[in-house]
Amino acid sequence: MLYTIKHTTTYTYHESVPLCHNLAILTPRNTPLQNCQIFEFDVSPTPDIVEEYFDFFGNKIIYFIIENEHEKLVVTTTSIVEKRPAMLTLTQLNHQSWESVRDAFSISKGDLMEEKQYLIPTEVTTPSDSIKQYAVLSFPPGRSLFDSVYDLMNRIYKDFTYTAGFTTVSTPLSEVMTERKGVCQDFAHLGIACVQAMGLAAKYVSGYLETTPIPNEQKLKGADASHAWFSVYIPEMGWVDFDPTNNKLPDEQHITIAWGRNYFDIIPLRGVIMSSNQHQLDISVEVMRMQ
Amino acid sequence: MPDPFSFSEFRSQYISPYTVPQNSTNNPQDIQELWKLVISTFKDLGSSDIEHRIRNIHRLLKENGVAYNIYTDPSGGSRAWELDPIPQLITAAEWEVMNKGLTQRANLFNLMLQDIYGPQRLIKEGVIPQELIYMHPGFLRSCVNINLPHQQHLIVYAADIGRGSDGQNWIISDRTQAPSGYGYALENRLAMSSVLPELFNNLNVSKLTSYFDAFQLSLQMIAPYASHSPRVVILTPGPENETYFEHSYLAAYLGLTLVEGNDLMVKDNFLWLKTIEGLEKVDVILRRMDDAYCDPLELKSDSLLGVPGLLQVVRKGNVAIANPLGSSVIENAALMPFLHLAARRLLDEELIIPSIATWWCGQPTEMKYVIENLQHLVIRRINRRKAGTRSAIDGASLSQAKRSELIDEISAYPHLFAGQEKIGFSSTPSWVDGEIHPSHALIRSFLVRNQDSYHVMPGGLTRTSFIKDSFIISNQTGGISKDTWVISPEKNDKQPSTFQIINKPTASVSQKDSLPSHTAENLFWVGRYTERLINNARLLRTTMEYMSQHNQSDNPFYFNTKIKLLHTLTHCTFSYPGFVITDDPKKEEELILNPWPELTLHVYDEHKSGSLSQNLALFKKSVYHVRNFLSPDTWHIIRQLDEIWSDVEHTSQNNRILMISDIDKLNASMFSILGMNRENARREQEWAILDLGRKFEQVFFIIRFLQNIFAKKTDDRTEYELIQFVLTATQSIVTYRYTYRNHLQFPLLLDLMVLDMNYPKSLAYLIEKIKMHIEAMPKAGSANSDPERLIQEASTLIQWSDSNSLAKFDAYKYEHLNLKNLLNQLNQILLEIHLIISKKYFKHTLSQQQLFVSNMV
Repeated sequence: MLYTIKHTTTYTYHESVPLCHNLAILTPRNTPLQNCQIFEFDVSPTPDIVEEYFDFFGNKIIYFIIENEHEKLVVTTTSIVEKRPAMLTLTQLNHQSWESVRDAFSISKGDLMEEKQYLIPTEVTTPSDSIKQYAVLSFPPGRSLFDSVYDLMNRIYKDFTYTAGFTTVSTPLSEVMTERKGVCQDFAHLGIACVQAMGLAAKYVSGYLETTPIPNEQKLKGADASHAWFSVYIPEMGWVDFDPTNNKLPDEQHITIAWGRNYFDIIPLRGVIMSSNQHQLDISVEVMRMQ
Repeated sequence: MPDPFSFSEFRSQYISPYTVPQNSTNNPQDIQELWKLVISTFKDLGSSDIEHRIRNIHRLLKENGVAYNIYTDPSGGSRAWELDPIPQLITAAEWEVMNKGLTQRANLFNLMLQDIYGPQRLIKEGVIPQELIYMHPGFLRSCVNINLPHQQHLIVYAADIGRGSDGQNWIISDRTQAPSGYGYALENRLAMSSVLPELFNNLNVSKLTSYFDAFQLSLQMIAPYASHSPRVVILTPGPENETYFEHSYLAAYLGLTLVEGNDLMVKDNFLWLKTIEGLEKVDVILRRMDDAYCDPLELKSDSLLGVPGLLQVVRKGNVAIANPLGSSVIENAALMPFLHLAARRLLDEELIIPSIATWWCGQPTEMKYVIENLQHLVIRRINRRKAGTRSAIDGASLSQAKRSELIDEISAYPHLFAGQEKIGFSSTPSWVDGEIHPSHALIRSFLVRNQDSYHVMPGGLTRTSFIKDSFIISNQTGGISKDTWVISPEKNDKQPSTFQIINKPTASVSQKDSLPSHTAENLFWVGRYTERLINNARLLRTTMEYMSQHNQSDNPFYFNTKIKLLHTLTHCTFSYPGFVITDDPKKEEELILNPWPELTLHVYDEHKSGSLSQNLALFKKSVYHVRNFLSPDTWHIIRQLDEIWSDVEHTSQNNRILMISDIDKLNASMFSILGMNRENARREQEWAILDLGRKFEQVFFIIRFLQNIFAKKTDDRTEYELIQFVLTATQSIVTYRYTYRNHLQFPLLLDLMVLDMNYPKSLAYLIEKIKMHIEAMPKAGSANSDPERLIQEASTLIQWSDSNSLAKFDAYKYEHLNLKNLLNQLNQILLEIHLIISKKYFKHTLSQQQLFVSNMV
């Protein structure tokens, strides 16, 4: 499947801004299931400096500075991504119990470094007591890790109401937990916190969802902007994605941009401007199937 | 009463034999002999002389402004620095081991940082647990795999060392981020050598200067590009920081530019300093700011202290930072049990000075041990500073409830905690109220990168505590400092003297440094607030005196005059609402009838806008930002002023005579500060900026004052009183009488206050001075700038005026129309110039703002 994605972010300032530093993490990653064939990055006005490098998690970062007075900043990315279907069938499932995976982590010294870094909760995903109690229900003794996380995803989907605008980037998980409301990034953080509370490794994935639904299929939530879900390390299977917002194992309709420990590691676009005034933000995302 | 100087008693109490290692090359110098010399000098001086010297030490430190700010003090206060006259002694033999051990440890940390921010072999090989690094907030993922210029990961390092009762030295904690204290150590030595020079007799005390020479050299060596004089700045979080004294002290001593984050900016992948002459490239930063705060773009996004894009400049290799960002990852108590393994792996050596025994709770056995032995241990969090928590907790000091709370926390987040052994400190003698008492000491040693190794300061900062068994000594929680003496065996080492220390030439004097815009702005405002305090104080005083000397019975117009004066006071000091209450005439009348309570507020109420107290606070705030530009005596006066002012606030309320005397004291202090800094200004440019601020403040004041008093015509008798009032309030009455030898006349007053080119308080003179300063300011182009054109316009307006026409009044409106128009025009022009200058030369008032994509769905 081939997708073309157009992502436009527009900042409109109320006064002209002389200097603006930005970091963009908007380039879709290459994974066994996807291949970014074309990526175009366009900024208006033209930046004075553009640098590219890879962050600690292997995501591509584009750093750019605009050194001239401007009243509006428009960042447009166009990507063409080829998706392969996930070959996830029951025969490939790993049936190792979650406890055995946890114990393998705890005795490891120096191996599994890449995976182990996602074992450690960050401030955002530090589990409260109520999160721990919530998590434990999906992890009964002896259940396979895959089944446990699948059940967790299922429960988050059922127990929590998707409510756009209820939370902001700074809403703590404890509040999401009490109110049982949130958006995709809250549910992804919650999933990570639950998995990490059990001594297991989970990471945060940002990406896109196909905008135009297949006829007769319900439109997926989170399709009009960037989307987010979480991923869990399962021995032999590697990193397996779970989308608690749609109660779905991400497939061809999910296009990965980047991953990190939480949202703040991979903010799609951030910047610092010199201004004492407010700004307005507009975002549009379009994901089209090409064939 | 026992003799405080009895050596035998002293020896039995304090001196533990230092176990000299077998392989030491030095002849073991007897520590007892050294103490004998020191104690005998004290004995010769006698208790009362020592007390006298101590008072001198404290006065000296106070006058030099040595202080330590305390974060938690709600009044934002600072604590005076305290220094014990008895030094901490280190023998040559002991020093040899310390020197080697500390150098080894610094080398180890340098290599560890290289590894942590590079290949991470220590983790891969299982030498150091991954969690210890990855969970530590000092591990900055954005700094991994950055190639630092010259691969220097640790430039400045400090270690806290405790001496056990068995004479063994232990490292209690490490400072690898932005160590503080070496400036205080130098200041201590300075105070000791000038107040107690006898103590140095017969002892070869190693000098500290070599450390600062190495320090300066080191900062230049790390510059990314070879250059004769790299631009080196000290980055400070600002005057609120606990060790701001040291930042400004080091800036002055090492000849570096002291900057705050908003003085710097990133452009074209380089770092620049905003100065009044434009942007200047910065090569090296001596960082006194925690690393997470240094770049709001890539690190802590809510930080307003840092420089957006700094990390990118580092990544490009265009600036060097001492210490590099990310170095705080070593400030982790739980690393200690793994250091000997790391030393074997990276250096193939055993640690020379052991770390204090530490158990990291991230391992089940160790956690169990720590929880079971909680009351015998100190519990430390792996990150030194976490908001709202103490980094070190004495297990024994906890109540049952607190203890189980802590155990719960450790069980929930074991990786974040470590338990440390309490060592029995050896006692050290301290001078307390005329007697010698035992105390416990921690020595902070300082190292700086020197070629391929490190230079250790032959001395250090010792801090003591009298609390029994206290091993948690920090400047934040109190503690008295000691000068620290390394006694060298060579006889040729000269004794330190004040002269040598002060006149050490700084290596970077050759660099031409323009005034940073932010500093210029603060100097400008120091000028404005100084003059504002003086003007307002005089106006208040004259108003009070007028009301004390006049009353309704001797002048039928008294009440109208009183209204005019009180309104003028409000308009000129901007203390609104003050006496101007337009919407409630009844209330206003009451205020005018009994103005004293409101006047008291004008003097003392710090929360009243325009009050003397508030302006004094604003003045001090500006002054603190430029403290390294002002003479040390300035601090003496400001401190005295503080003392007087905090006393009077309680005693002088409502006592008119005392109030006037307080105002006079304030004024006298302000004049001393001005005089002192005129004499001591390091460079003309700094004084010019300050003076420009003063002149602007004066010119605006005189314009406003004349507008309010004379725009409306009054009867002759009142006019006479008003002329007298204006001349008194501006301290011009003597000049008037001397110049005109005449009774008071309105045209002559205008001649003096507006047109007289030779009178320093006249508008004509002030405008001419502003013009002079503006012409001297750096300009981008050669053409006349806008401010020059405008000030010329103001100057011409004055030249064309004559006092008789200004004194004419419009019979219909009963106003001095010509005067009113002139003052209005001048005010307009000067405001415009002020605005252009602020925009052009001072830092942008624009603040940083985060752009964030927040609406994910």
